[in-house]
Amino acid sequence: MDGSLERGGLAACPACVALPNVGDVTGGAAEKELLISLPEIHCAACISGVERVLAAQPGVASARVNLTLKRATVEAEEAVQSGALVAALGAAGFKAHELDAGLLTSTEADKAGRDLLMRLAVAGFAMMNVMLLSVAVWSGADGATRDLFHWISAAIAFPAVGFAARPFFASASVALKAGRLNMDVPITLAILLALGTSLYETIHSGAHAYFDAALSLTFFLLAGRYLDFRTRAVARSAAEELAALEVPRAVRLLDGAEETVAVGELAVGDVVLVRPGGRMPVDGVIVEGASELDRALLTGETRPVVAIVGQQVSAGEVNLTGPLTVQVTAAGKDSSLHRMADLVAVAESAKNKYTSLADRAAGLYAPGVHILSALAGIGWYLGTMDARVALNIAAAVLIITCPCALGLAVPAVVTAASGKLFRKGLLIKDGTALERLAEVTHVIFDKTGTLTMGTPEPMNLCDIQERDKRLALSLAMGSAHPLAMALTGALRGDGVLPLPVEGLREVPGYGTEARCKGRVVRLGRAEWVDAEAGDETATWLSVAGEAPVAFTFADALRPGAAEAVAALKAAGCEVELLSGDAPGAVTRFAAALGIDSYQAGVLPAEKAARVEALQAGGAKVLMVGDGLNDTAALAAAHASVSPATALDAARVASDIVLLGESVAPVAEAVTTARKAVKRIRENFQIATAYNVIAVPLAVAGMATPLVAALAMSASSITVSLNALRLR
Amino acid sequence: MEILVYLIPISLILGGIGLGAFWWAVRSRQFDDPEGDSQRILSDEWDDHPRP
Repeated sequence: MDGSLERGGLAACPACVALPNVGDVTGGAAEKELLISLPEIHCAACISGVERVLAAQPGVASARVNLTLKRATVEAEEAVQSGALVAALGAAGFKAHELDAGLLTSTEADKAGRDLLMRLAVAGFAMMNVMLLSVAVWSGADGATRDLFHWISAAIAFPAVGFAARPFFASASVALKAGRLNMDVPITLAILLALGTSLYETIHSGAHAYFDAALSLTFFLLAGRYLDFRTRAVARSAAEELAALEVPRAVRLLDGAEETVAVGELAVGDVVLVRPGGRMPVDGVIVEGASELDRALLTGETRPVVAIVGQQVSAGEVNLTGPLTVQVTAAGKDSSLHRMADLVAVAESAKNKYTSLADRAAGLYAPGVHILSALAGIGWYLGTMDARVALNIAAAVLIITCPCALGLAVPAVVTAASGKLFRKGLLIKDGTALERLAEVTHVIFDKTGTLTMGTPEPMNLCDIQERDKRLALSLAMGSAHPLAMALTGALRGDGVLPLPVEGLREVPGYGTEARCKGRVVRLGRAEWVDAEAGDETATWLSVAGEAPVAFTFADALRPGAAEAVAALKAAGCEVELLSGDAPGAVTRFAAALGIDSYQAGVLPAEKAARVEALQAGGAKVLMVGDGLNDTAALAAAHASVSPATALDAARVASDIVLLGESVAPVAEAVTTARKAVKRIRENFQIATAYNVIAVPLAVAGMATPLVAALAMSASSITVSLNALRLR
Repeated sequence: MEILVYLIPISLILGGIGLGAFWWAVRSRQFDDPEGDSQRILSDEWDDHPRP
């Protein structure tokens, strides 16, 4: 594995032995690295507590907590399972989750980040030293002193640029080879031309050398690159962590023996066991067991469906009550989850066609500066017939116009905006997401799991008699079904005490049954207690000889849902609700939130079609959804948001992930994005304003290295400060 | 002006030491967990002797 190799290599470096985590590596072949996510740690006591618990586990060689990433890295023997470590941490009071190390590529990103940081440091070091010498030249050093200073500057600048500016050179040569122009072509040309003419001037004891300009150009642009990289790396590592939290494993039954295997290893014909609370890893047919299935993530329906032998199940459904044995009919690429993912891939490629503001600016800018600088050079050559002057002027024009401010304009704003949104619990996954979000005119919400928590809440407890409540509590306590759990929680909260019952047993797929004072009492599905199933989600209590009583449930509203809808309307967006759920629930829900436009019983394809129809009419749609039934719409929409509890496929398809429980930040994201785009535009205007002043000077041959340095630093600093206003 | 013969190399060397220190810090992952490191100084574990 990459990480262990790197660690091994580092451990060989004597300086690193001081680092405990690296020094602890013994290099034993049987060791492996486990990652554990610790979402709630926050202080020194947590760190030492977690490390002590982990180190005390048998087989653990060392454990190191990273508080920044809220993650622990454990070096352990091959036999150690992360499940045991998570359980040990849980027992000690630390919330922990297993992470799939294979899905985390942070080591690679770290390497690229360190590399960029090193180049930035070298450019900064060289820039400051050369600037020191340049200030002496500008303030009047001449003759031999000036030449000496120029030579020293050259000696610093050439190796420094050769190392620090390599990312620009590489990107420019790739672009040129493909016959394109990108932002890096004028940058490379400006740096090389500045170095070349300055060296020529130095050799001939000229007065002006641009070594400092070449270096500060490199430094400021690298700063922009680094900011850009950091923002994306943070988003990527958080997104990867979300994906890695779902370790895709299944329990395969082979000759009656259970074994845990990766979902990828399952083949058609295998038999898998899905325990209550587990998600179907594959498409298949139930061969044994009876239970109920929650299909909310696939269809948006909140009401569980009965699962009996012979029934088809799809990957992504959640098994609720009894264990199910499922024979695989489609695994991996053929499963319905994957077919949906393919749909997403098609829509994604359409989204990638979006040209960011920076790209549009570069498209105007790159040819413009080349033409301008070439014209200035040719003009001066024709006017003076002096190639040296003409080349100097051309270089000065390129250096002055060079996009320091342009290079910082977008990353500085995006970094500030993503940082602000991240603190509010929003994770921006895509680089152009902010710009697309700012253009949004319509917002479409999914209901189940997005505006609601996806967990039911009893609605009519106040209409039910005390005895029935107590009986229901006794029965509900015997089941792990979500409705029963919700009922238990709510009744306990009201201070209801259970009635003593005998022979409590759960009938998978139906409910719980017991005897109370000789009478059979049941809590469960309508059909099972001979009741008429209504429109609402309900569980029924029946006492032999009496009419059954319904406990109705509604999905709990996600905190901040009403605020989000109101704020989005205030921001001038049309808000719509598309749900796969039954009409009754959707109508009540839309009224409660103040959403005028809603549709119930919408199929996944209809959601995507609605998004496309709106967009064809010129609207820009923000889709907020969590289920598999939203995935196509999420991908088709101009911008998309999904909660962290969403299905993996939905999260992958969306640009922004909502990390917290509240949906209120969605509205904030839209306003922040609008502000951010406004700042980006302002930054472009600032950069242009500087050019409007400085370029005529350069073309007129009046731009000294001092003017270039002032213009460059002043514009870069203004642009960064303007971006900081967002925070 | 002869003083420059000393001053310029000295300024370069001092700057170079800073750069070298930064290079070492980046390479040895000193910036991997800034939040954790700022908390760890508060822990009294390993106060008496360094971690083995």
